Amino acid sequence: MADKITTAAEAVADIKDGSLIAANFWGPGTPLYLWRALAEQGARDLTVCINNYVPRAEELREKGMPDAALLLPQTRKIISPFCSAGRSEVPTALEIVRRIEEGTLEFESLSHGLFIERLHAGAMRLGGFYSPIGIGTHIEQGMEKRVINGKEYIFHEPIMPDVGLVSADKADKLGNLVYHGTARAANPIIAMASRYTVAEVFEIVEPGELDPDIIVTPAAFVDRIVLIPDDDIASRNRRIERLLANIEYRQRRAAEAEAAQGGAQ
Amino acid sequence: MKDRLTDELVAMRVAKELVPGDYCNLGIGLPLLCASYAPEGVMMQSENGVLGYGPLYTSDEIDLIDQDMVDAGMRYFQYVPGMSFFDMLTSFAMIRSSRLISILGGLQVSEKGDLAVHSLSDDERTTRIGGSMDLTWGAKRLIVAMTHNAKDGTPKVIRQLTMPVTAKECVNLIVTDIAVIEVTAGGLVLKEVAPGWTPEEVVAETEAPLAIATDLREMEF
Repeated sequence: MADKITTAAEAVADIKDGSLIAANFWGPGTPLYLWRALAEQGARDLTVCINNYVPRAEELREKGMPDAALLLPQTRKIISPFCSAGRSEVPTALEIVRRIEEGTLEFESLSHGLFIERLHAGAMRLGGFYSPIGIGTHIEQGMEKRVINGKEYIFHEPIMPDVGLVSADKADKLGNLVYHGTARAANPIIAMASRYTVAEVFEIVEPGELDPDIIVTPAAFVDRIVLIPDDDIASRNRRIERLLANIEYRQRRAAEAEAAQGGAQ
Repeated sequence: MKDRLTDELVAMRVAKELVPGDYCNLGIGLPLLCASYAPEGVMMQSENGVLGYGPLYTSDEIDLIDQDMVDAGMRYFQYVPGMSFFDMLTSFAMIRSSRLISILGGLQVSEKGDLAVHSLSDDERTTRIGGSMDLTWGAKRLIVAMTHNAKDGTPKVIRQLTMPVTAKECVNLIVTDIAVIEVTAGGLVLKEVAPGWTPEEVVAETEAPLAIATDLREMEF
């Protein structure tokens, strides 16, 4: 049996230009290590499907905070329920706006529920589905609608990523995955929906060490396993650094905002 | 300018709508404050995948936190017995199941109970819908907790939304810093006024027509 355990660089080496990449970005459970590897690999014209697209300020980016926009220069389309574009203090947030204006970046908006059910439809290899979410809103513009049992629904296509980058707590050597806390989020669905799934993990154990009853993502969905090195900024050891950097940044921003407001009065 | 209720008092009034055994999702902003005032036995849900999460840690307690235990607003919560973790598919099935009471902030509410809450981004070509369209559609009961007027003083309870619609005819109750308004099939009904406010004064701050409840009373906390 082929060994799934590899380095981040090898795991992302064959990702082609134009690929659809899916990843969970919601604080914990974010594949920081693989994200950076893909930025370094340099595949272009990517479509990025992500639950939260939150560009970070430069200083937090340097300190390894999760930053979806690390791949922005390589991206031609973003599919996301939540995007904090245009925040004036974050250069990459302004860059999103500029790229949309010049026509080199497309943005597709949807809700978190639609995001996960389109991925789930992808996992089930459906042709699409009818959802009631978005009726009467901008979501329905230009979409096919149908009345079923007296209620209106919108047709949505599935999302079937070429590549799923997944963050899990532990893998066994076969690729069975378990998650911890709210780091689970979209990861198990992305693992099932994607044609090629890479999991970054904090720990790899022997088969049998994970209780079969608690395995969330079975090995069949996982093509590659990457162990985050202990000294990397994405490692569990160094998470506290990222947390402290973020707290310090937020407190300073709040103080600056207060000072600015005081000055305006 | 008449005094208006603080966010904390609005949250306290909203929390009185909850009873032990309820499952509840709190939106970002003012609704998050309700967690501190909800009665014991209410299980809070967060859309990233947790039901029954515990009290939040403060920034002085970072030595204690588990960084894999956050709510949708990236706040760290404590372990409590009975809590469960799940993926986003399970989470949104729960959100759409009409089993959760949803408490959201609001930018505008119409006389029919249409809600605008997903703020457009600073740039209008991207959006911050998040889970709001699911939370409005699937709620057992939808309570909007917000200021009665926008920062520039314009009413937020209006005849027709002027901002992007999050969901139509979805709001059940509006709790603001001056009033409690129920959305009924016959229109909006003013049920309660903040201490020091007359119904006429609330009506003057509201663009949508308000019927005044026969049992109108003062808000209690």
